[in-house]
Amino acid sequence: MTMTAETTASGLPAAFADLEPFAGWILETQPERYGRRLSTSMAEMQAFYDAAFPRLPEILAHCNVFPIDDLPDDVKKLMLLVFSLVEVSFPVEIWKQGRVPDSGAAAMDCVLEPPL
Amino acid sequence: MAKFPKPSEGSWTEHYPGLGTGPVSYEDSYSAEFYAREQEAVFLKTWLNIGRVEQAPRVGSYFTRELTWAKKSILVVKDKDGTIRAFHNVCRHRGNKLVWDDFPQEETSGSCRQFTCKYHAWRYDLDGSLDFVQQESEFFDLDKDNLGLVPVACEVWEGFIFINLAKEPEQTLTEFLGEMGTGLAGYPFGEMHQKYTFKSEINSNWKLFIDAFVEFYHAPVLHQKQSTPEEAAKLLGHGFEGLHYELLSPHSMVSSWGGMSPPKDPKMVKPMENALRSGLFGPWDSPDVVGDLPPLVNPAEHRAWGVDSFIVFPNFMILIWERQWYLTYHYWPLAENKHLFEVSLYFVPPKNAAERIQQEYAVAVTKEFALQDANTLEATQTMLETRVVDTFVLNDQEILCRHHHAVVKEEVRAHEAGTPVNFPWNRASAAANA
Ligand code: FES
Ligand SMILES: [Fe+2]
Repeated sequence: MTMTAETTASGLPAAFADLEPFAGWILETQPERYGRRLSTSMAEMQAFYDAAFPRLPEILAHCNVFPIDDLPDDVKKLMLLVFSLVEVSFPVEIWKQGRVPDSGAAAMDCVLEPPL
Repeated sequence: MAKFPKPSEGSWTEHYPGLGTGPVSYEDSYSAEFYAREQEAVFLKTWLNIGRVEQAPRVGSYFTRELTWAKKSILVVKDKDGTIRAFHNVCRHRGNKLVWDDFPQEETSGSCRQFTCKYHAWRYDLDGSLDFVQQESEFFDLDKDNLGLVPVACEVWEGFIFINLAKEPEQTLTEFLGEMGTGLAGYPFGEMHQKYTFKSEINSNWKLFIDAFVEFYHAPVLHQKQSTPEEAAKLLGHGFEGLHYELLSPHSMVSSWGGMSPPKDPKMVKPMENALRSGLFGPWDSPDVVGDLPPLVNPAEHRAWGVDSFIVFPNFMILIWERQWYLTYHYWPLAENKHLFEVSLYFVPPKNAAERIQQEYAVAVTKEFALQDANTLEATQTMLETRVVDTFVLNDQEILCRHHHAVVKEEVRAHEAGTPVNFPWNRASAAANA
């Protein structure tokens, strides 16, 4: 595990300190990220999306420098933040609510996902 | 969407005479009595996929599968000679479950040299034979050679592990898969081992979810909000037409277009899709592991091809995407109105962070779609159970629904009559093609 320069309080790369207010979205597993989506207000998800989405090109460029099977810890955290951004993009871009409309009590539980 | 050609008979359905075009009874999806007959005639004697060889990579690697619907637990292991074997997960001494961790009803996996029972420490070799008995001299006339684990018929096709709960399966796996097996052989499934799995208990008959995944007639309607408004309107205007349908009874397939990866116009898709270059059809920039496609993949050899959906009878589906990844669906019956649904997505391992994120997005979209599909099923199941309407009309794009229900009914009939299955449409089409 290599260390890059400085990190923020939550361990994000310093270059992405503007995303520090959304560090609560740095979550290890798909069920945790989906759970947070369901329990977060649209206003909060919109704020996260508005801050992080425009940063995607720089985030991808930053993460792509490192070998995928040996990501530094701060880059892993940034990746997990993007995985959460993927999760909130559906409520923000199309649904206007946390749950998939008309999905009632339906649930899809993630039981296997590759490690980072 | 362009109009795609149909067979000379004028429709896909009439290309298979004997399949019929009339309304179809859905009693097979809500009758508890039919469900019991279906268990006997189909699930207890048909080859069933329960995993991939990557789940047992080395000698001694094993995993368990809980077949709750059949009240069975299956132990799959890679033996010393490299053979994948399956056994009932039952200790021959006094019936304890042999392999489990913490909670006996939960599936597990791992690797070992021998299996040791937690109760009195009987030990079994990887080939199932009984190797060690604690205080053996206390037993009476113990015949250790006849106290190995009870084997389950197990065969592997293209890395997919199948079992058959019949003591003596009527067909080998190769015979059972027939043209489906040869038509897909050689596709590099093994290169795509970056795997995600989701599970869901669904309050519908297992066949209803297959119905929902083998017709795309519903897609422009049920999933319209997943596209931008302009694109959704266009899709709804065009409707859906399959590129190709093929019945290889009891199996079947539908080939579909895939104009969204990448889209012709970026306004067709969501901002996140453009930012990441990924979507429902997978990452737009595909890996390079697929050479010439096997004959049953994109059988129409269409330029607009996006995905092929294969039903491997009875409850296993493989979707092969033009963007070089695949996914599987399994539908495990739990009752006439309940089943366990599993979806697994398989990608070539990502080369960099951007590829990993593209895959995460394709996984997330798949889940959003599946959630839309899933809830419709409960709404359908409960209304079928009102028994207000007893037959339903199916269009030409729903030929695979018609076919799958017809095959299940024929399998039940043949099993109970003790005669071979008879799919008249297969012979008719073979003769027509000759
Ligand atoms: S039940 Fe397994 S050793 Fe007794
Ligand atoms: Fe669907």
